[in-house]
Amino acid sequence: MDASMPLRLQLTGITKQFPGVLANDNISFGVKPGEIHALLGENGAGKSTLVKMIYGIMQPDAGEIRWNGEPVVITNPKAARKLGIGMVFQHFSLFEALTVLENIALGMDGSLKSRELEARIREVMHTYGLLLDPHRTVATLSVGERQRIEIVRALLLDPKLLIMDEPTSVLTPQEVEQLFEVLRKLAAQGCSILYISHKLDEIKALCDTATILRGGKLVDTCDPKQETSRSMAEKMIGTGLRDIVRAKGRQLGAPKLVVSRLSTHKTGHFDVPVNDVSFTVRAGEIFGIAGVAGNGQNALLDALSGEILGDDKEAITLDGYPLGLLNTTGRRKRGLCAVPEERNGHAAVGEFSLADNSVLTARDRLGMVMLGLINSGAAKTYTGKVIADFAVKALGPGSMAGSLSGGNLQKYIMGREILQRPSVLVVSQPTWGVDAGAAAAIHQALVDLAAEGSAIVVISQDLDELLALCDTLAVINLGRLSAARPVGEVSVEEIGLLMGGVHGATEASNAVPA
Amino acid sequence: MEIIIPIIVTLVFAATPILLAALGELVVEKSGVLNLGVEGMMLVGAIAGFAGQFYTGNPYFALLCGAMAGAATSIIFGFLTLSLSANQTATGLALTIFGTGFSALAGAPFSARPIQLMGPLFPAELASHPVLRVVFGYSAPVYFSFFMVFAVWYFLEKTRPGLILRAVGENDLSAHSIGYSVKLVRYLAVLFGGAMAGIAGACFPLLLTPQWAERMTAGRGWIAVALVVFASWRPFRLLGGAYLFGLVMTMELYAKAGGGPLSAIPSELWAALPYLATIIVLVLISIRRDASTNAPACLGKPFLPTN
Repeated sequence: MDASMPLRLQLTGITKQFPGVLANDNISFGVKPGEIHALLGENGAGKSTLVKMIYGIMQPDAGEIRWNGEPVVITNPKAARKLGIGMVFQHFSLFEALTVLENIALGMDGSLKSRELEARIREVMHTYGLLLDPHRTVATLSVGERQRIEIVRALLLDPKLLIMDEPTSVLTPQEVEQLFEVLRKLAAQGCSILYISHKLDEIKALCDTATILRGGKLVDTCDPKQETSRSMAEKMIGTGLRDIVRAKGRQLGAPKLVVSRLSTHKTGHFDVPVNDVSFTVRAGEIFGIAGVAGNGQNALLDALSGEILGDDKEAITLDGYPLGLLNTTGRRKRGLCAVPEERNGHAAVGEFSLADNSVLTARDRLGMVMLGLINSGAAKTYTGKVIADFAVKALGPGSMAGSLSGGNLQKYIMGREILQRPSVLVVSQPTWGVDAGAAAAIHQALVDLAAEGSAIVVISQDLDELLALCDTLAVINLGRLSAARPVGEVSVEEIGLLMGGVHGATEASNAVPA
Repeated sequence: MEIIIPIIVTLVFAATPILLAALGELVVEKSGVLNLGVEGMMLVGAIAGFAGQFYTGNPYFALLCGAMAGAATSIIFGFLTLSLSANQTATGLALTIFGTGFSALAGAPFSARPIQLMGPLFPAELASHPVLRVVFGYSAPVYFSFFMVFAVWYFLEKTRPGLILRAVGENDLSAHSIGYSVKLVRYLAVLFGGAMAGIAGACFPLLLTPQWAERMTAGRGWIAVALVVFASWRPFRLLGGAYLFGLVMTMELYAKAGGGPLSAIPSELWAALPYLATIIVLVLISIRRDASTNAPACLGKPFLPTN
C-alpha cells in the first residue's frame, strides 16, 4: 500500500451520548484503502452506534470523519452511499412481501430499468457465487439467503468501504469461506472493509487490523494475526475468559427424549418439512443438530416445541410419556421447553416487559398464574433472577424486551428457559449474534443444565459451537437427519459433506437404540 | 335488453364513486396508513363539488373543487396521525364525524336549490343510443375511474415511487434506514386518498342527485373502505369488487321500488350484502395463512423511528 495515500476513512474523537449512556467516547482510528479492518467488542460496547454514524443513520455529538483525507459530514445513508460506503446490517432491512429484485432496487439510488438491474444482479451473484432467484419473495427465503440479498445489494453500489455487521453468524463453514473469498477479492480491488464480528478465529483469518471497543471506549488497535483469540477476547471483555467447565468422567443417563419417525407436513411453499426423523437424547446429553440454513431446522424446532402438532402421539416421548399430540403449553408442563431461532417476535414479544415475557413461558412451571390471575410479584422476582444470573444488561424486569440489544435479549431468553430447569431443552441458534463473553456464559449454563440430568438439543449453524458444546452430533439436510455420532469420532470434513447432502450408508441405522 | 341496459347504466353510475374512493384508500393503505375518514372526506368533497357547480356551472371545475376539498380534509388526518403519531383508527373516525358535520353546516344554505347534472362525455348520438349507451352513455368521472384503476396498478407495480410506497407500507423502519422519508411518502399518499375521496364525493351531486342533501353519500365511504379489503389491495380486483357492490346496490334500489322477484328479498339485506361479503373475504384471508394475502404489514401502525 502506498504510504502517501490518504486513509480511506479516518475517525477522530467521535463521541455519541445517549440518555444515560455514553455510547462512544472519543473514538479515533483509521481504515486504509483495501484494508480489512475488524471492529470487535461485546454487546453494548458501541460498535453499532459507531457504524451507524459512519453510515449516516446517526450524527456524532463531537468528532470528525474524514473520507479520503477530506472532512465530511454524512447526513444520511444516501449521502454515505454517494461517498461509496455500503453496509450489510445484522438485522436485515428487508421487505418480506417484496421480491429479491424489488428489495435490491429499493437500495439503489439511481433509478435503473428493472431488466438492466436484474442483469447486473445476476452478474454480481455470478462473480461472487452468491446464488439467489431474483424473483423469489423474501418471505420465502431462509436467514442465510436473506443475508445474501443484503450483500448483493451493497456490492451493486460498487462500494469503496463496506461495513459488515456480524455477517457470518448465520452461515455454514463453507458459506463463511465463500464470503471470505468475496471479501478478500473486494479488498484486493481496493475496497476497504469494516468487519464487525465476535468470532475471533474469523477475524484472525480474515482481518489485517482489529480495533477493540469496550464500554464505548477504544481499548486497543492491534494486528489480529499477532494476537491469540484469547488475548483479543480478554481485551474485549476486560477480564479473563472462562472455558467451558465439564465434570470429569460424566456418564450419560437413560434415554430421556426419544423422537421416532417424526415428520411434518409442508405448511408453506418455502418451508422444508421434517421427514422421518428419529433420534434419542439421554439424560445429561447435549445433542447437536448441524446443517445449512433452510434445511428443515425451523420445522424440526416447531415440531419438537409443539408449535406444529403431529398426528402420532408416540413420535415424541419424554421419559416414555407420549408428547406428540400435546401443544406447547402441554409440553412445557411435562418439562420440554424450547427456544426458537427468531428472538424478537417469536421467542419474546418486543412490546412486552421482560416480566410479562417470563409469564408467557414460565407461568405453569413456576406457578405465576393463580385462578387465572397473573402473580406479577412472582414474575418480577423470577425475571430479576434471570437478569442477575445471566448478566442481562437491562434496567430491570419492567424493561421492554424490544429495548434490549440482540445479545442481551438472547441471554434473557436462554436464562428464562434454563432457570425453569426443564427436563428437555430444545434451542435453536443459542448464541447467534451474541458476543464471546455472553456466548461462553450461555454455553456454560447449557452444560450445567445437562450436568443436572436434563437432555438438551442444540440446533445451530455454528459448527465450532456444536463441536465445543455437544456430546453427540447429527446433521439435518433437506429435512432428513443423519445418523447421530459422538462428537469425538466425527471429523469436520465429514460433517461438512453431510451438510452438503452427501449421506453415507448409515441412514438406516438411525433408529432408536434398544 | 330493455331491462338489462338500464340496470348496467345504473350500476356503473352507482359503482363509480365507490371505485374512485376505494382507489384512493388503496394507495393510502399500501403506504401503511389506515384512513377511516373516507366517508367524511367524501361528504366534504360532495358539498365542495356541489358549490362549485352551483356557482360556476362548470362540472370539471366542480370536480376539482371536490378534489381540493377532500385533499384539504385529509391534511388534518395526515397532520394528526403522521406528524403527531395519533391513533389512526380514532383519528379516521373523528374525521368522518367532522366531515359529516362540516358538510351539513356548509350545505345548509344550498338546500332545495337544484344544480345541473354533469352531461355525458360523448356526443348525444352515441350517449343516447339505446344500446351503445352501455359504453358511451357516461360522464367523464366514469371513464376517469377506469383510467385510474390502470394508473394506480401501473404506479404501484411498475414504477419506482410505487415500489417505495409499497416498501414504506411493508416495513417503515427498514425504508427509513435505507434513507426514504416515510412521512413524506405517507403524506403524499394520504393527500392522494383525500383528493380521490373528494372527487368521489363530488360525483354524488354531479352524477346521481342534482341537489344537496345532508349525508348524501349514505355510507358509501364505508363500502369503499370495505372494498379495499375485499379486493385484497389489488386495483383490478377493486374494479371487479366495485361493480359487484354496484350491482348489489342497484338491486337494492329495484327491491325498494317494489315489484318483480327482487322485492321478495328485503332491501335491508341487499344493503347489508357488501359488508357481509367483506366479512367473508376477511375470514377467507385469515384462513389462508401464507404471505400472499397482500395486506401491507405496517397498516395502521404509527411510524416511530428509534433515533
